[in-house]
Order: sequence, then C-alpha cells, then structure tokens
Amino acid sequence: MSKPGPVGERAKSTPLLSRLFSGLFSLVMNTLGLILEPLQNRIGVQRMAYIFLLPNLLIFGIFVLFPMALNFYYAFTTGTALFPQDRTFSGAQNYQLLFDCDNFLDPNSCNEDRFWRAVFNTFTFVIFQVGGMVLFSLVTALVLNRKIRARGFFRSVYFYPVLLSPVVVALLWKWILQRDGVLNALLVALGGERIVFLLDARWAMFWAIFITIWAHMGFYTLILLAGLQAIPKELYDAGSIDGAGDWQAFRNITMPLLMPSMLVVLVLGLIRAVQTFDEVFVLTGGGPGTATQLIVQYIYTTGFASQIQRFGLAASASVVLGIALLIFTLIQLRLGRSSEAV
Amino acid sequence: MNRKFSATIKLLPLLALLLSSLAFAQVELRITWYNDGNEGEVLRDLLDRFEADNPDIKVVVDTVPYSSGILETLPVQLAAGEGPDIARVTDLGGLSKFYLDMQPLVSDPDYWESNFGSFLNWLRPEGSSAIPGFMTQLTVTGPFINKTLFDQAGIAVPEGDTTWEEWAAVTRQVAEATGTPFAMAMDRSGHRVAGPAISQGALFFDDDGNPIVTDEGFRRMMQLMADWHADGTMIPDTWLASGGGYAGANAEFNNGQIVFYMSGSWQIGQFTAQIGDTFDWVAVPNPCGPAACTGMPGGAALVAIAETEHPEEVVRVMEYLSSEEVLAEFYGRTLFIPGHLGLAAKGIDFDTDQRLASDALSAFSSQVPKLDPLSFKLQGYVFNRVVFNVARDRLTQAMVGEIDLDEAIERMQVDIEEQIAEASQ
Repeated sequence: MSKPGPVGERAKSTPLLSRLFSGLFSLVMNTLGLILEPLQNRIGVQRMAYIFLLPNLLIFGIFVLFPMALNFYYAFTTGTALFPQDRTFSGAQNYQLLFDCDNFLDPNSCNEDRFWRAVFNTFTFVIFQVGGMVLFSLVTALVLNRKIRARGFFRSVYFYPVLLSPVVVALLWKWILQRDGVLNALLVALGGERIVFLLDARWAMFWAIFITIWAHMGFYTLILLAGLQAIPKELYDAGSIDGAGDWQAFRNITMPLLMPSMLVVLVLGLIRAVQTFDEVFVLTGGGPGTATQLIVQYIYTTGFASQIQRFGLAASASVVLGIALLIFTLIQLRLGRSSEAV
Repeated sequence: MNRKFSATIKLLPLLALLLSSLAFAQVELRITWYNDGNEGEVLRDLLDRFEADNPDIKVVVDTVPYSSGILETLPVQLAAGEGPDIARVTDLGGLSKFYLDMQPLVSDPDYWESNFGSFLNWLRPEGSSAIPGFMTQLTVTGPFINKTLFDQAGIAVPEGDTTWEEWAAVTRQVAEATGTPFAMAMDRSGHRVAGPAISQGALFFDDDGNPIVTDEGFRRMMQLMADWHADGTMIPDTWLASGGGYAGANAEFNNGQIVFYMSGSWQIGQFTAQIGDTFDWVAVPNPCGPAACTGMPGGAALVAIAETEHPEEVVRVMEYLSSEEVLAEFYGRTLFIPGHLGLAAKGIDFDTDQRLASDALSAFSSQVPKLDPLSFKLQGYVFNRVVFNVARDRLTQAMVGEIDLDEAIERMQVDIEEQIAEASQ
C-alpha cells in the first residue's frame, strides 16, 4: 500500500478541519442557547428581535446618536471649555449670531459673514457638483453598458480614482494646477498664457467641482451601470418592434426604470457634496480668500483651527447643516415616491 | 561543565525576573514634538544619552505635523487631560494654564531665572513666577535676500535704515533687471506682518491694554500689503492661494523666483540644507517705518505638562535638556538662535562650515537688541494668536476683493473682541 500523496492528505485533513469548525460552532451555539432560550421563554419570541438588534444599536448609539445629542447640547453653550459640564449655557445666542443678517443674500451684511459665504459656496458647489456628477455618471454608465472595445479596461479606468485617498487626489491636482504645474507647462508650450488657476475665485471653484466629480464619478457610474443591467432586454426588443428609436427607448424605457438608481445616486451624491471638506481644503485651503470655503471647513476652522476654539458656534453651524441635509433628503425621498407612484 | 551549565540554566529565570522587574520600574515619558529642520534628530541623540545614564526613564518622542498636531490637536488633548508629559509649543502664553510649575522640583531655580528669565514671562500666566519650561529656540522675524540677483542686476544692496517702501522699490528694480518673476514675498502669517506693522506705528494695545487694530499705523501696513499684492510686487500665491492658514514661500525663494523674502531665523537650517551655496542668500536688517525698524521675537518652548503622572521624572528630563552643556550642543547642531541668556552671551559654536549660514545667524542675533519693546509685549500677550490669525484672514479677504480694507479692519476688531469674550466665559 502506497503512502497518501498531497491530494490524499488534503482529502484527509478537510473533514478533520470541517469537524473541528462544526464542533466549535456547535459549542458556541449551545452556549448562546443556554442564555437565549431562557430569555426567550421569559420575554417571548416577538421581543427577541430587540435583543438581536441590541449590539448594533449600542454601537450606533455610542458612536452616532450620543455625539449628535452632545453636539446639539454644545450648540446651546458658549466658552472654550471642552467638557459639557464645564460649559456655560447660552440659549440661542450662537444661532442669533449665525442668523444676524440685514440681508441674507449679501454675506457682507451678516455678523458671521464667513458662515454665509460658506453657505453660498456650498450651495454653488452642490448644485454644479451633484448636477455634473449625475450627468457624467449617467453618460459614462450608458457608454460602458454598450458593447464597446476594451469595456472592462474603461470600467476600471473610471473606477480607479475612487480608490485614491482624497488628500492624494487633491495634492495630485494641486501639482497639476499650480503656477509651475503640468497644465501651465502645457499651456505655455502650446503658446498660451500662464493661468494661476487657484488664484482666481471662479477658476478655483470650477476646479474644486471638476476634481470632486473626477474623483467620485466611478462609484456612481457603477451604481447606474448596475441599474442599467437590471433592465430586461426584452423591453428594448419590444420597443424596437413598436418602432421606438434610441432617444424614445432612452426616454420611455431606460430613464423610468433607472429612476430608483438615479435617486440613490442623487441622495448619496448630495449628502457627499454637502459634506465635502478634505479635497477642497487640501487643494485651495478655502481660498482665494474664502471663495471655496465650504460649510464643513467653516465648522472645522471655527471649532478647531483657531486659538479660541468656539465649539458652541461650530456645533450650531453643524446643526443648521444637519437640518438642511435632512430637508433635502426628505424632499428627494418624497419626489422619489411620487415618481414611483406614477 | 554540566553542573555549570545546569546552574546557568537555573539562574536564567531569576535573571529574567530581575530584568522584567527593572523594565516594570521604568517610567515612560512622552514628548510631543514637531520639526522645522534637524532638531528632532538632535533631540533623539541627546535623549539616548540621557536614557543610557538614567535607565529608569524611557522618553518617547511623538513627532507630529506643526499645524494639525501642535496648533490644533495638542490644545484639545491638554484640555481633555490626555496630553503628553512634555510638549514643544509655540502658543507660549495661550497654553500656560496647562503647564507644570517645576519651581518646587528643580534643583536650582536660580539657574532657570537667570538664564531663561525674560522668556519665562512668555510662558507664565499673568502675575505668576512659575517655571514651566525653556525656549528650544529664540526666533526673530526678518528678511532674506537673494544677493546673487542684486549682483547680477548691478544694484547695490541697501544699507542702514531702509524703509519698506525703499526695499520694495529696489527689489522691483532687481526683479526687472534679472527677469525674476517677483520682487518680494512674505510668509502668510499675522506674526510676520506684526513687526512691519509696529514699524509703521501700529499700537496693538489701547490705553487699557486691550488689543486694537484700528489705528492708523496698522492700517498703513495693511494698505502696503494690499498694494504690493495688487501691483505684483509680492508673489500672490503665498497669501491668496492658501486660504487655510500659514503658508511660506520657501520653494519660490529656494528656486530663485523671489528677490526678498520676509520670514525668520528658523529658515537658516533649511536654507543651508536646500540652497547651500547655489546662490548667496543673505539675512538683512528689518526694514523701517516711521515708528521703528523691527521684526517680531518668537520661538518655540519645551514645556512640562501639569497633568503628567511623573512630575519628578519630567523635571529630571527637563533639567538635563536645559543644562548649559546640552543646550549648547542642541543650538549648535540645529543652528537655532539660543533662548538661553548665558549661552547667548558666551556665543554658540554653530556646527556649520557654510559662511552664508553663520553670517545669517550673526545677522539675526544682532537684530535681537533692536527689536521694539512693543514686539516683546505683543509676543507675550496671551491672545496674540487671535490677533495674528484674524489679521491674516481678513487682510486676505481684502486682497481678493471680498471686502474693502476699511471693512476688513473693522471686522478684524470685531472678531478679536468676540473671540476674546468667548474665551473669558
């Protein structure tokens, strides 16, 4: 009888490992059963769901709900003390300071003018960034959904920037855009004038929007691509038999069926855009002046980057931001439901 | 042989026990540190020697980025009682409530008073006689010029009391003659503008000692800065393209794109390493205004933190690092201007064979006695960073046209008052 070879050894060891794991599994389950069965007998099957949800709820409570509540409390306090018990209650003073404006459309007329500049900058940024992101993601997804040459390669290329750290993205583009950067070298080589892109308010905002679209587009393209691939091909065949052209098929088949995915992209893109900080902060620092200072940077600067760390004012600005986000999300969900009902 | 071997084997657990108990007795101290040049490396060398002589203490140096680590995170850590045992700080007075008063623990308080006396006031809460630490470096703000460009242009470097306007005019001529993109640059920092503002007559404090920036002298300097950015005398990238905080123009100066760079003595080590003798970089006296010809003093201090669980060990480390011999080596190897009065009087044997570096060190050292008394008062003011940062940010807004200069100055005053009021609550 010959000795078992490597294949034979693997065949022998697999059942052993499997038995070991199943033994361990049974041990853990039996131990859990010892605790859970009497518990279930005591509180009933219906309430057991809460027990299973408890670990996740605890994590959510400690790391999300508690900081939110704490932030809400800080928004009604003043001073520089770090711990809640040491802070001075100030009522709505921080909100009064934020909303002390003669004309809300003119930041210069506001006491906390930088907050309102940040609000307007964020508004501009969100409109163009989310709009551009949805549009480019949709076009890219439509193209990548067709049978084009090297489709797999292009799908990877569009997704690649998503894998980069935001700081890396910003530094990379900063080197491209600065006075002696690659883009200016190219412009000069082609006989053009050097443009210091990050010194001009409009150029700086344009590049902030462009770069964030470039960096995140791949993720949203992927969602839309999945949505496109879920549309049954038979619908297009039926449309084709009925004489529908490409545009009609897109308008009457693709878009309505892609709406749920579009809504996901819109909600996620909007939340991400309002929360944008790292890329723009590294790229422009919020400059020139405050031209690209977004609301999260305002919160960060007010709360952490000044010698006098105004936690209360920063917290109240973040409450305002949270409420705005909540309203936008609810509107979008409502619109989404209406479109589903139609 | 076998019996010896067996005895050795039996002794091994005892030895291990002894070693582990020694290791257990070792106190670990943490220093939060940042680097401008090679000082972290020098500190480690010095601490290695200390640890060899004091096996019961291990010192871990946590090197952090200056802006996010020292200016932003450290104050929060200290307020939360989670700070290090020792820290290198530049917000000297602003963090004073967190410092350990080492006076009852140091072996020779007179040594500290006589050698760090005038600088200790920067670290002390008002009216206190505490000994919280010592200066790892004294800095003086002032300009560097690219003298090679002057030579190429055939224009003489101004001597004596030269005004800011005269420097701007002459550096513009040099830039034009040599095809250099920009005549001047200044670090994006309120501290850097403060010296020139005092020279222009800025008061910085009213009669009651409250900060004030609405006077004519301060406005004059703000106007000059705005004008020089508008007419292209100063490189706009440093102030305008850096909305977030501090920015330097080192890269542009190192690359010969600037004739005159207003920065400070801490750049010497970096220029020595990065420019070397590629061109002649020379420190020149601070330009003048109607009121003075001053820069600002400043620097970094190593301070003991009150929350430490090992005050005696912290004091041993601080006494070692602040001793004359150790500090002489530290200043010599890092090319820092000494913040130790005894060593400043004796002179430091700087560890460089570069003429440009030693000339620059002499030039900055000779500036110390010429600094205006107001600059020392401002440096010692506990809320000076509020004044500096507000001035920097509002001036930038005026430069890019978001608000006009008058409004910028008005808002500076309001911001300063609001922030100080918040700190007092």
